[in-house]
Amino acid sequence: MSKDIKISAKGVDVFYGDTHAIKNVDIEIENKAVTAFIGPSGCGKSTFLRCINRMNDTIDICRVTGDILLEGQDIYAKSVDPVQLRARVGMVFQKPNPFPKSIYDNVAYGPTIHGLAKSKAELDEIVEQSLRRAAIWDEVKDRLHQPGTGLSGGQQQRLCIGRAIATAPEVLLMDEPCSALDPIATAQVEELIDDLRQNYTVVIVTHSMQQAARVSQKTAFFHLGHVVEYGDTNKIFTNPEDSRTESYITGRIG
Amino acid sequence: MLTLTFFAILALALVFFVVGRSRAVAVVRGDVRLLHSRPNFHGTLAMLISAICGIAMLVVVGSLWAAWLERDLMAAILNADQNLSAIEAELVLSDARALASGGIASKTDPLREGIAAQVASKDAWLKWGTIALSMLFAIAGGIWALRSIAPDWRARNRSETIIRRILMLTAAIAVLTTVGIVLSLIFETINFFNNIDWQIHKFLFGTTWSPLSGVQAGKLDPEKVGAVPLFAGTLMITVIAMLVAVPVGLLSAVYLSDFASPRVRAWAKPMLELLAGIPTVVYGFFAAITLAPSIRNSGEAIGLTIASESALAAGIVMGIMIIPFISSLSDDVINAVPQSLRDGSYGLGATKAETIRQVVLPAALPGIVSAVLLGVSRAVGETMIVVMAAGQGANLTANPLEAVTTVTVQIVMLITGDTEASTAAGPAFTLGFTLFCVTLLMNIAAQRVVRKYRELYD
Repeated sequence: MSKDIKISAKGVDVFYGDTHAIKNVDIEIENKAVTAFIGPSGCGKSTFLRCINRMNDTIDICRVTGDILLEGQDIYAKSVDPVQLRARVGMVFQKPNPFPKSIYDNVAYGPTIHGLAKSKAELDEIVEQSLRRAAIWDEVKDRLHQPGTGLSGGQQQRLCIGRAIATAPEVLLMDEPCSALDPIATAQVEELIDDLRQNYTVVIVTHSMQQAARVSQKTAFFHLGHVVEYGDTNKIFTNPEDSRTESYITGRIG
Repeated sequence: MLTLTFFAILALALVFFVVGRSRAVAVVRGDVRLLHSRPNFHGTLAMLISAICGIAMLVVVGSLWAAWLERDLMAAILNADQNLSAIEAELVLSDARALASGGIASKTDPLREGIAAQVASKDAWLKWGTIALSMLFAIAGGIWALRSIAPDWRARNRSETIIRRILMLTAAIAVLTTVGIVLSLIFETINFFNNIDWQIHKFLFGTTWSPLSGVQAGKLDPEKVGAVPLFAGTLMITVIAMLVAVPVGLLSAVYLSDFASPRVRAWAKPMLELLAGIPTVVYGFFAAITLAPSIRNSGEAIGLTIASESALAAGIVMGIMIIPFISSLSDDVINAVPQSLRDGSYGLGATKAETIRQVVLPAALPGIVSAVLLGVSRAVGETMIVVMAAGQGANLTANPLEAVTTVTVQIVMLITGDTEASTAAGPAFTLGFTLFCVTLLMNIAAQRVVRKYRELYD
C-alpha cells in the first residue's frame, strides 16, 4: 500500500452558530485507501466529512477555521472554487438520492455539466464504466432509460455511487452509505467500497463498527468533536490506546 | 322572537344534558363502571335528541304555517278587491305587515288597515303556536331520552351516530349548493339553446355577438349569438396575462426559494402575497386609468394607433394580478423538492444554476404546471379588470392593441343591462356555463398533475 498522503487537516475547528462542533482536529488521510470515521451520534464525524468537499458552505451559519489540504493545496483558500473542488471530491449521502430522471441521465449528469464527454458515444462509455464500477451495470443495463427512483434502496445507493464515480473524482466521501439499506444491499455496497480502493481515496462515516473493521484500513474515532484516536484499523479494534476508544468499540459508551 | 326560541331550545337541551348525566349516575347508584356509556354520553344523547326535536319542529311548523298564513291573507286581499294583480296584492300585504308592526307603509287605506288587523292577530297565533309546539317537542324528546337511560343503554353509539349525521348534513349543504348552481346553469343553457332552435353551432362558431339587438317577444336571433369574438378576446387576454405572470412568477419563486437570504424571504414573500389581497376592482381602475393611457401615449410616440381600451393593458394588469398565485404555488413546490436532491447535485460539483435548472425545476415541474393551469383558470374567470380596461364591443381581432371583449364582460353587460331578465339570462347563463366547463377542465387537469407529483416522493 502506498503511504502518500491525500488529504491533510491541521487544527480544524467548525462552528454552527455558537456551537463548537469540531475541536482542533488533525488528521492525515492516505491516498487509495479506505478511512473510516466512527463515533457516537453527534460527535462531529459527518460534519468533518462535509468539510472535506466544502458541502458545509451551503449552510449559512457554519464556519470553518484551520487548514484542510488536498494534495498540499488549501481547499479553503480564496482561489479555490468549491464547485471545482466537489468535482474532485465526490460525495455519497446517507439516504439514496437519485434525481427524478432516468438511470442513464442520473449518471450522465456529472460528466455533462463538467464537459467530460466529447461525444454521445463517449458519454455512453462513461455511463457504462461508472455503472460497472458501482457493481450495478448488470442489473440496470436493460432499463437505462427508466427512472432511477424506481430502483430498490440498495440499487439506488449503488446508482448514487456510480453517479459520483462518473465525474472521475479523486476522493469519494461516503456519509453512512449503508444506514438506509438492508443487510444484503449493505454487503454489496461494502464489497464495492473495497473495490473502489484501487482507484479512489475513500472516506466513510459509519455507525457500524463491524463495517469499519471490514472495509477500512485506517480508522479515526471521534468523540465530542475531538479525534480521540486515529490509526490502523487493526490496531484500533484490537489494541486501542485510549480508554474511551476501547469503551466505545466494546459497546460501553455511544 | 323565533331566534330567541331557538336559543331557548338550546338552553333547554343543555338542561337535559345535566339532568341526563346525573340520572345516569343515579341509575347505577354512583357506580359508573356498570354503565355501558359514560354519564357524559347519556347527557349528550338527551341534549341532542331534545335539541333536534325542538329545532326540527321550529323549522317545519314555522315554515308550513307561515306559507299557509300567506296564502290565507292573499286570498283575503283578493277577495276584498278583485281588480288587484298578484304583484299589487303582494304590495298590499307587505304594507299591511308594516302597519301591523308599527312601520311605514307606502300608503294607508281601509283595505290595508283591515288586512293589517288580520295580520296582527294571525301573526301572533303563528308565533306563539310555533314557539309552544317546538318547546313542547323539545321537552318531549328530552324526557323520552331521559326515560331510556339504563345501564346497558348504548348512549355513546347513538350520540356518535347522531353527530356523524350532523357532520354529514353540513357537508351535504356545501355539495348540494354546488349541484344546485350547476343544475340551474344547465337548465338555463338548455332554455337558451331551445330559444335559438338548437343551432348550437351558431353559438359556438358564429362571429357576430349582439344577442339583445332586435329581440322580439323574447325570441333571440340565432345569427347574432356567435360567441367566437368573446372566446377569442378571452383567449387573447389570458395569453397576454400568462406571458406576464409565468416568467415573473416563476423566476421570483426560484429567487425566493433558492437565492434569497432568510431575511429577504421573510419580508418579500408576504409582500408578494399581499399582491393577491388587492381587490380586482383596484387592479381594474389601475389598468383603465393609469396603464391604458400610458400605453396609448407611448404608442402614439412611435406612430402606433392604440385604442384607449386595449387587450394589452387589461392583459398586463391581469398578469400582475396572477403573479402571486404562480410565484407562491411554485415557491411551495420548489421548496418541497428534497434538500437531499440539491445536496446530491452540489456533491457532484454542479453549480447552483445547474442544480436549479437540471434537478430542482424538473422535479418541481408537475407542481409548476398545475400552478400555471390554476393561474389560467383565474385569468379566464377574471371579470373586474376586463370590464374596466378591455372594452365592451364584440369585435373579432388578433391585434392586442385594439379593444376586445371577454366572456365575463358580456355576462356583466347582459345582467346589468336594462333588458328584461328573462331574455338576458339565457345568453348570460350559457356563457357562464361555458366558462364553468373550461375552468372545471383546467382545475381537473391541474389536480391530476399534482397527484402525479405527490406519488413521486411518497
